[in-house]
Amino acid sequence: MKNTHELIEKNVGLLTVLIFVAISLGAMVQITPLMFQQQTMEPVKDLRPYTPLELEGRDIYIREGCVGCHSQMIRPFRAETERYGHYSVAGESVWEHPFLWGSKRTGPDLARVGGRYSDQWHIVHLRNPRDVVPESNMPGFPWLEENELTGELTAKKMEVFRGFGVPYTDEDIAGAKEAVKGKTEMQALVAYLQSLGTHLK
Amino acid sequence: MTMFWTIWISVITLGSIIGCYVLLRWCLKNNAGVPEGESMGHEFDGIEELNNPLPKWWTYLFYVCIVWSFFYLALFPGLGSFGNLLGWKSSNQNIQSLEESRQMSAQAKETGALVKYDREMQFAEEKYSPIFEAYAKVPVEELAKDPNALKVGQRLFAQNCSQCHGSDARGQNGGFPNLTDDDWLYGGSGEKIKETLLNGRKAAMPAWLAAMGEQGIKETVAYVLSLSGRDTNMELRKAGKARYAACAACHGQDGKGNQLLGAPNLTDNIWLYGGSERAVTETLTYGRNGVMPAFKDTLGEHKIHVVATYVYSLSN
Repeated sequence: MKNTHELIEKNVGLLTVLIFVAISLGAMVQITPLMFQQQTMEPVKDLRPYTPLELEGRDIYIREGCVGCHSQMIRPFRAETERYGHYSVAGESVWEHPFLWGSKRTGPDLARVGGRYSDQWHIVHLRNPRDVVPESNMPGFPWLEENELTGELTAKKMEVFRGFGVPYTDEDIAGAKEAVKGKTEMQALVAYLQSLGTHLK
Repeated sequence: MTMFWTIWISVITLGSIIGCYVLLRWCLKNNAGVPEGESMGHEFDGIEELNNPLPKWWTYLFYVCIVWSFFYLALFPGLGSFGNLLGWKSSNQNIQSLEESRQMSAQAKETGALVKYDREMQFAEEKYSPIFEAYAKVPVEELAKDPNALKVGQRLFAQNCSQCHGSDARGQNGGFPNLTDDDWLYGGSGEKIKETLLNGRKAAMPAWLAAMGEQGIKETVAYVLSLSGRDTNMELRKAGKARYAACAACHGQDGKGNQLLGAPNLTDNIWLYGGSERAVTETLTYGRNGVMPAFKDTLGEHKIHVVATYVYSLSN
């Protein structure tokens, strides 16, 4: 009798295809049905799209790699909700493209950081975290105060988001550049942070 | 979940499990074309590959896992709307508002549904709420004598307040008040501290540059600094005294502040934003808008009572 398994062992192309099939079985069960569930598509009652300034702040959040150390996903355990607030629900993220849920918590979760601290605290903290939290190992981001936004691309970004189904009106988009022009990156990032998690009321 | 997706999930999941079983059975047969226990014909550095069967312990473990998976799928949600005889849920899903979340938790409690998160919270509630309720009945001033309550308060403070006020509660320059010095912006009674914690505070020191001009601010600063016994230029101070009328509306004629408005006492040489000439000039020029966030929703009244007790104890 011939060693039939040798066919896979000695044929990398076939092995790749079969591995792909095996993995996609998991994805087909775990991921595909979720994309069609009502609860993952319906926004929570008080959800509103990001303002232009918050949207720019979100891009700075992405640019500075905040997501590498901060998650935005409160899991339904008491240990988490006692500290961060109500667990995150699907309806809060329907207009997030891409999600910034993260998977690494070197710093605390930020899913509900909005309103937790004053704007002034965020500014001092982002400039140099150790000014307010001596034990912190977060890097400082002093350049955010120096960089000004031009708002050149804000309207375009909002249009792209509208394409994803975020309900921006023509008015929102028309006023986008005015709304962010001349603001510092610090202001944008703080505005974004102060909006996080505040829509589940 | 619709029937289509339930069937989709069930077919793939069960198909995979059965597929694993078939694969295992097939692998147990001798497919190598070489009698069992004999060389496969490879040899590297004197090590030969023999055609040995799968280890028995491993094979049996595999069977056990397959059998276990059917029990698991019957008891827990793994097949869409099928299975899940326990009615298990990690948490309430499809929540649109906090109110709805509370309703769903109450409903789950009533029907005895197995919502893991709700059960966990309920357990904690039963265990800890009598303690907090007992504390809530004692006024802050009294409770401050209870070392256990203070320990609880200190923990809650470290977790929720220390980011701004510091883990030693001595505050930080730049608008984060020291809580240990018995100098209060909004009042230091137990009730007042609780009020601050529950609803937060918003301070509004206006910017005076437009109204006073740079010279005016210089004069006012000279007068304000003199209120806490600092030596400043006599002439500037005199001119500043006249301008101080505008400040007196909040800070009082004598400069002792007004706790109803959160206007700081200017005579005690304790400074929220720094007491150097430069810092005070900046305060007057651009104004200050200190914010104490509200913690009602984060902590709830019972816990705030204990935190207020801890804060009260720091200066009493």
